[in-house]
Amino acid sequence: MARRAQPLSPAAGYGAAALVAALILGTLAAVAFSAEAGRGLSSADWAAVRFTLIQASLSALFSVALAVPVARALARRRFRGRSVLIALLGAPFILPVIVAILGLLAVFGRAGWVSDALALFGLEPLSIYGLHGVVLAHVFFNLPLATRLILQGWQEIPAERFRLAAQLDAGPRAMWQLLEAPMLARVVPGALAVVFAICLSSFAVALTLGGGPRATTIELAIFQAFSFDFDLGRAALLSGLQLVLTALAATLALRAPVGEGFGTGLDRILRRWDGQSTLARSLDTFWIVFSGMFLLLPLLAVVLSGLPGVLSLPASVWQAALASILVAGASTLILLALALPMALAAALGRPLPMEIAGLLGLAASPLVIGTGLFILIYPIASPFALALPVTALVNAVMALPFALRILVPACRDVVARHCKLALTLDMRGWPFLRRVVLPRLRAQIGFAAGLAAALSMGDLGVIALFADPEVATLPLQVYRLMGAYQMQAAAGAALLLLVLSMGAFWILDRGGRWHAEA
Amino acid sequence: MKYSVFAAGLLGASAAFAETPELTVYTYDSFVSDWGPGPAVEKAFEEVCGCDLKLVGAGDGAALLARIKLEGARSDADVVLGLDTNLTAAARDSGLFAPHSVSADYDLPIAWGDDTFVPYDWGYFAFVHNADADVPGDFKALAASDTKIVIQDPRSSTPGLGLLMWVKAAYGDEAPAIWEGLSDNIVTVTKGWSEAYGMFLEGEADMVLSYTTSPAYHLIAEEDTSKAAASFAEGHYMQVEVAGKLAASDQPDLADQFLQFMVSDAFQSIIPTTNWMYPAVTPAGGLPKGFETLITPEKSLLLPADEAAAVRDAALDEWRGALSR
Repeated sequence: MARRAQPLSPAAGYGAAALVAALILGTLAAVAFSAEAGRGLSSADWAAVRFTLIQASLSALFSVALAVPVARALARRRFRGRSVLIALLGAPFILPVIVAILGLLAVFGRAGWVSDALALFGLEPLSIYGLHGVVLAHVFFNLPLATRLILQGWQEIPAERFRLAAQLDAGPRAMWQLLEAPMLARVVPGALAVVFAICLSSFAVALTLGGGPRATTIELAIFQAFSFDFDLGRAALLSGLQLVLTALAATLALRAPVGEGFGTGLDRILRRWDGQSTLARSLDTFWIVFSGMFLLLPLLAVVLSGLPGVLSLPASVWQAALASILVAGASTLILLALALPMALAAALGRPLPMEIAGLLGLAASPLVIGTGLFILIYPIASPFALALPVTALVNAVMALPFALRILVPACRDVVARHCKLALTLDMRGWPFLRRVVLPRLRAQIGFAAGLAAALSMGDLGVIALFADPEVATLPLQVYRLMGAYQMQAAAGAALLLLVLSMGAFWILDRGGRWHAEA
Repeated sequence: MKYSVFAAGLLGASAAFAETPELTVYTYDSFVSDWGPGPAVEKAFEEVCGCDLKLVGAGDGAALLARIKLEGARSDADVVLGLDTNLTAAARDSGLFAPHSVSADYDLPIAWGDDTFVPYDWGYFAFVHNADADVPGDFKALAASDTKIVIQDPRSSTPGLGLLMWVKAAYGDEAPAIWEGLSDNIVTVTKGWSEAYGMFLEGEADMVLSYTTSPAYHLIAEEDTSKAAASFAEGHYMQVEVAGKLAASDQPDLADQFLQFMVSDAFQSIIPTTNWMYPAVTPAGGLPKGFETLITPEKSLLLPADEAAAVRDAALDEWRGALSR
């Protein structure tokens, strides 16, 4: 459909994609070119590649397999606190790794709540160290994201379809075949690719819960190449490998059948007539309670351990909080400026380059981007002075794949439904964008912006490389507090971070819930 | 700072030209935190130097060295503070450091004769445990027991590398066998000290790799006597933390003044209760009350810098091999 007349030009999207690719590949090249002759990849590096692939595949499979019934339950049920629950379910995804790990350990650890309960029955404590621990933690992080992505798919089925299906007296099986299965076939491959890509660059989670050197990931090998061996060539090589693996996974996932969508609806409020049987109700209840417990108990642990410290937080923590809020705001704006044109270009023209450009942001090692930017910026300006802007930019690029996954299907539908009419009316460019596209994307824009803001708030990636003491962000401050034995203050700061991330997400995501609510 | 005009423009801030000379010291993160030595050191040095001391945190010791290598001769840094003897050989080989002229009467368990790096504090690695627990007295007993430990990864943290050297220094070629014996005691390996210590405090393990001085923090700052360090019969590996002057510094005199200040009473008396290490030169007032309760190893282990650098890669392979089985 590339040659057809379009109400919008995809040029801006191609420009944004090129910019993102230039940032990621340019920084990689900068690192590679500053390298002295390295020693290439060792057998240990290849073992790291193998482990990384195994854990990322398992994590993606489990996260998405669990997310489907959870999203279905949330899509079918309306109950008090549903919107709050959906917002809260997003929290694990945006927690700084160390905070999330301590939260998980408080529940599933050797001295955790579950082990304590087991001890009452004379059973051995749980061990969450090893591959299963890594996968458990990755499901904890990514189940919420996968659930939201799939839930979004459910919400994009027009209400009229469900009404029609109900009028035709379609049973659960028919409902599944006609509406739900085709939707899942569209949404699931993308969700798998995103979770896989996230887990590919896992480092601290895999290391801490992996139990030992067996659980070495590519990202740790990159870290080792940087700070243990100072072998930039090997770091660049490993980072390139990580990018190729992500691009391969993305290409595979995105080549899955793309359905026709569900046609135009009248943006009517969704009402469901299906799934009223006792079995369906109890199944849905089980999944909602299960996901709620699994995701919220560790958060509760974070809150409980943080409360005593939160009232006596030092001034430096509040300064760091302010820096984090500024970074998150800037990052969200940059993200929307990149993601909207890219999503529209994907809807208007060829989606694959956009998707891949976006996913590269996930697979790129923050360490390599940071170091590359450092090498590039250093001759021109002090990296310290640019710590916050650079962090905002890199965070935006990291959030891009999520934003694209959220925005592209909706853009595609808007273009498919309204393009012809708009052209008939000779409505192009800005008026089309303002009157047709943006109002219809409100929910997705809100969700993407909320996710970007929250992710940026909790991110520790690049800032650690650039920060000077005056401009620490909140996650960095949490680490600094822990490094100085200030465990209670660190727990308090972590709670503050949780509240800020959730707050940012909640405020920006209101649009999404406005659209979805009955 | 060379780029302050550009920086001021970018930030829209009013960063004025520095009228007083500025000395930039790169160090690790916990040094500059509110509870670290940073704030007090900055105040004390600025009182005597007529300069502006800028302490910049850059990760941990290994990251610090990587940063300096990345910046090369154009670095803004004048002094790097926070390397240890496992890193000094690589640091010296980079050719970025200049010899110092500091003389001091060190209170180290070993003789110090390095012409490039000046030690400012030191400590012994040790496994910290709850004081009421019954713990093994050496690595072999630890391996035979079912005591659970959390350690740090040598590839991403200096204590982790320290433990690698400890086992190597104590057991030499026997080290792989020791690691194999320890493998079922290791609950997990973490990226850095913070994660490991946090997990220990949460009750995930019986012991955590830290320092003999860690209990002093709990005792002095929290009046908590519940933590102790296990004394190991093999002796304890030392970490000696050092600072060095960069050859390309634009403030070489100030840098020298800082290094000399670093071994003076004013600096050394700040160290014990902020960095929770032993001062390199015991201050006139002695060590703070509470330090006398700490264990004193019978034997101090430390591989000389060159030897540490030489065995590092092989020791890492042995470690990885023994624990990957």
